[in-house]
Amino acid sequence: MSDPNLTRNQASDRVDHEMPDDELDAIEHRGAKEDARSLGRDAWEDLRSRPTFWISSFLILVMVLMAAFPDLFTFFAPAQDPAYAQLINARQPPSSEAWFGYDTQGYDIYSRTIHGARASILVGILTTAGTILIGGTIGLLAGFYGGWLDSLLSRVGEVFWSIPLLLGGVLFMTSFPSDVETPYMVVVGKVVLVLTILGWPRIARIMRSAVLQVKSLDYVQSARALGASPLRIILNHVLPNAFTPVVVVATIDLGAYIATEATLSFLGIGLQPPTISWGIAISDASALGMLRAAPHMLLFPSIFLSMTVLAFIMLGDTIRDAFDPKGR
Amino acid sequence: MRRASRVLAASAVGLSLLLTACGSDSDPADPTTPDTSVAATDGATTDPAATDGAAAAGGEIVIRGCTPENPLVPGNTSETCGGDMVDAKTAKLVEYDTETSDPIMDIAESIESDDNVTFTVKLKEGYLFHDGTEVKAHNFVDAWNYTAAYDNGQAGAYFMSVIKGAYEMAEEGSTTTELEGLNVVDDYTFTIETTGPVGNLPVRLGYSAFAPMPDSFFEDPAAFEDAPIGAGPFKFESKSTTEYVFSKFADYSGENVANVDQLTFRIYTDPAAAYADVVANNLDYTNEIPADVLVGEQYKADLPDRNLERESLRFTTMVFSPNDPQLADNVDLRRSISMAIDRQLIIDQIYNGTYTAAHGWAPKVVAGANDTACGEWCDFDPEAAKALYDEAGGYDGTLTITTNGDGAHKEWTEAVCNSIKNTLDVECIVNLTVDFATYNQQIDNNEIMGLFRSGWQGDYPSLENFLAPIYGTGADSNWSQYSNQAFDDKLAEANAADTTEAADALYAEAEDMLGEDLPTAPLWYPRSIVGFSDRVENVQINAFGVLDFSAISVKQ
Amino acid sequence: MGTYVLRRVLQMIPVIIGTTFLIYWMVFSLGDPTVGRCGERPCPEAYVARIHQEYNLDKPLPEQYVRYMAKVAQGDLGTSFNGNEVIDQLGDRWPVTLKLATIAIVFEAIIGIAAGLLAGLRRRSFWDSLVFVSTLVIISIPSFVLGSVAQMVFGVQLSWFPVTATQGTWEQLLLPGFVLGSLSMAYIARLTRNSLSENLSADYVRTAKAKGLSSGRVVGVHTFRNSLIPVVTFIGADFGALMGGALVTERIFNIPGIGGYIFHSITTKDATAVVGTITLLVLVFLLMNLIVDLLYGALDPRIAHE
Repeated sequence: MSDPNLTRNQASDRVDHEMPDDELDAIEHRGAKEDARSLGRDAWEDLRSRPTFWISSFLILVMVLMAAFPDLFTFFAPAQDPAYAQLINARQPPSSEAWFGYDTQGYDIYSRTIHGARASILVGILTTAGTILIGGTIGLLAGFYGGWLDSLLSRVGEVFWSIPLLLGGVLFMTSFPSDVETPYMVVVGKVVLVLTILGWPRIARIMRSAVLQVKSLDYVQSARALGASPLRIILNHVLPNAFTPVVVVATIDLGAYIATEATLSFLGIGLQPPTISWGIAISDASALGMLRAAPHMLLFPSIFLSMTVLAFIMLGDTIRDAFDPKGR
Repeated sequence: MRRASRVLAASAVGLSLLLTACGSDSDPADPTTPDTSVAATDGATTDPAATDGAAAAGGEIVIRGCTPENPLVPGNTSETCGGDMVDAKTAKLVEYDTETSDPIMDIAESIESDDNVTFTVKLKEGYLFHDGTEVKAHNFVDAWNYTAAYDNGQAGAYFMSVIKGAYEMAEEGSTTTELEGLNVVDDYTFTIETTGPVGNLPVRLGYSAFAPMPDSFFEDPAAFEDAPIGAGPFKFESKSTTEYVFSKFADYSGENVANVDQLTFRIYTDPAAAYADVVANNLDYTNEIPADVLVGEQYKADLPDRNLERESLRFTTMVFSPNDPQLADNVDLRRSISMAIDRQLIIDQIYNGTYTAAHGWAPKVVAGANDTACGEWCDFDPEAAKALYDEAGGYDGTLTITTNGDGAHKEWTEAVCNSIKNTLDVECIVNLTVDFATYNQQIDNNEIMGLFRSGWQGDYPSLENFLAPIYGTGADSNWSQYSNQAFDDKLAEANAADTTEAADALYAEAEDMLGEDLPTAPLWYPRSIVGFSDRVENVQINAFGVLDFSAISVKQ
Repeated sequence: MGTYVLRRVLQMIPVIIGTTFLIYWMVFSLGDPTVGRCGERPCPEAYVARIHQEYNLDKPLPEQYVRYMAKVAQGDLGTSFNGNEVIDQLGDRWPVTLKLATIAIVFEAIIGIAAGLLAGLRRRSFWDSLVFVSTLVIISIPSFVLGSVAQMVFGVQLSWFPVTATQGTWEQLLLPGFVLGSLSMAYIARLTRNSLSENLSADYVRTAKAKGLSSGRVVGVHTFRNSLIPVVTFIGADFGALMGGALVTERIFNIPGIGGYIFHSITTKDATAVVGTITLLVLVFLLMNLIVDLLYGALDPRIAHE
């Protein structure tokens, strides 16, 4: 084909041939070198020196604390009970009695936002973790082994993907309805399960493409030829390479799932009252008329949501940079 | 008819009278009616103010519609999406005055009965279907037989149940195809025999399930579904994924002659989209203003002089679950809960004050309803409520209010819940079901505890329609499973009454019994709020919240 | 390559059969479609019986499915409860959805990739931060807010765009397409940025630079193509998702597309319509993924399809 590929192949060929003492020795490339220093310790040294790491970790710590112990944050607030509403106050803007104002039911938005962190963060993190685990594994297997396994797993993914969220969600919630006595974690767990079942194929697809890309690299081919165990190849070569696209998609997914939960709740198939979440707050505030009459109802939960996404994207980027030796 | 004719338009009450006059003065088949016919009225004096604006005939309008659930067969239409279109294309024996909801004879010349059991219906001669055939007595009898027959499985079969023989026909496997109570006397006369005294039968006959059907329908129902025919002011032209088009029926025989030449229902899934189009003058009429733009009266700023509201035949209640022994056996507890709901505040904050707080079981727009039966139990009184609640022994556990999650009910149910919670100091939680079907199923299976919501849309403007189908023993929609012999007897007595006034008085007495027993807590009567573009005028809605399709006209 | 495509096409057959059965079973499990169809009043028994008979609901699931498939094999996708032929609906709605998804894809690809390039080439610059903040904003504003605000501002108040897209013309679908593509735009911008910056530090790029190639050529020819693989994967996957998942956008702009049809059919439990529509969607997924897989080979010839 055209010359760019040629150049590129030449480049990698050269890297492959003369590993220890070529003029390109200075250039480290992933997996080719077994350095004395462990990669993990290296990365940690690197991470520690990055301010973005500390900022994002701090933000995540705050969010986790908020999810675990919301009372810590409402202790000094004028209104503490997120379940107490006075309709007469409906949609009043922020004031000293209510730092973030009141929503359309007359709930205090500050305490609702703090207490909403738990469900939202649980849904976001657990769903993201679930899709990475399932989608990542399946994409990895499909891409690495190829052949009939790839066909089977890919086709199954396509089928799952084509099921609309609404159909899957309604069916799931009809079959396993929640009522007011269902334990909190079960209610959240169901939403996570629905989102995971319908969300894994995208991660699988992305993982598969990354694996295909890495698998064809010469040093991976040689490692295979040299009889390195598949596990070793995956851990040392494939995973570090597939990290970037998966983390990019997953960190944005985290925010998207928190927002999708709102859609589910709106349709009556998500979290059920009295569970509070950012998603529900955002969806309650989102009608155009509500937006014009009481923009603060949307503003505050949205800010918390963006801060969470910000923290995770930043952390993802930082970790990627730290583990990618070339980035240094 | 009379493409270029001008009928005088009225702002309010005068209109139907004027149209009446216009229609009856002119021979429907006669195309030579003068260009500007000044309306004369049959004995009634014309309101001078009514001659202000002249409704211009002609033009095309596009209004909001939604996807019908069933083909446009009147006897098989059970929801408003198809119902609105059916209304535009059908004429019935009786129609309702847009303003007062009083029944007016349409195809019927007269409906008479000596005993409220056997009714003799005489038809006007020369009333035409869209295919040019004349509406005759057998068109009614055949249509009703068809709707009632088990094998045809029509959704409107319920409405035939007043006619003798309908119960037997509705039974599984019944092969009877003719209602025992119907008899064709001659081309323009038929008789109806009812199962018992039904004083308000003439009022009921204005419901679209009682529309006549042309002969062609019985020959080929499938062809009819593709191109439905009626005898109304508009005839069906075409349908597509996005539009249902109707045109003015040139040979229309009734009195509601359409002003516009073409009426298009554009399908909108989301009322907010239709609203945006009306604001931008891309759509001429929407029958629903989204609740969120009611806040702060935004719709009045968006649509200055382009909005209209009126009371409707709708009613919202909270049903005390008959399966919840704590509520079912304790009338004082039910009363205290009803008193703990601050109806007016909820209406003000959620619906911007546009609804009317209920003090009875039927809105005042219904003839004979006085909206007082609930008495003090429907007044918000936190101290009295709490005192009565404690006296009644309180409610153990968490009170739940159940509603379906797929409608716009969460917001107000939560407000009701909070009102009860704050007043009575009882835990209250909203329980959402996945969809309306699941909700219905749970009610049927007696699974719901606590309170649950019920909405009622009147089928015809009679007090009876707000009582018998919902509170009669064993009635279809009796979700509260209310059963009171005295109540049933009172309804039967009212059905047999000689005059409408006497009947209404008796219905009202029955309604008072609900005030004693409080099987449900009345909440409010929603009002219809609509918006329209700046290119149309004479926009009027009836008590069903449906546009008067004939009256609306394009500004010249 | 030819055999590869043939094999993939053949694989579609069991997938289609599997999907139709799965979807049929799902809609079947949702319960009786006649419940709640008559408002606050239960439907007449006769009505329920007629619907059950007409749609074979009184038969066991496998039999229902076989009867349905037998009809499909004859080219009859069935009729909805309101008398509309599924095939007519699809014929009307499919082109609209295709247009909408195409506009969304074009927007998200052009703007997303451009923003990603801008940010990736100048990491930690002002542009990088700007793209990052815009991404955050898009993620935290739900599409229904973006859609209704865009409609009110650009449609109603400024009259720059049509308010709704009832006829589904290209012009009407511009604004909805933009709204629909906005979230994916964020993904694509981030994917491009990170993939690019990673590849920029890759060995062959350093080699090329060391060899004295201009940096423009390095970025344009070497790195960019290689960085596109995750982006192309994402876009290919997104195309199918946008078709069925445009529900919210379709509602806001009153677009007569597939998403709204699926929603309506699911809420009315209209199995005939749901199965027909989703099967078509699966076909699109299969084709898109096949195209993407073939594209891999073009973008990186070493990814071979045996």
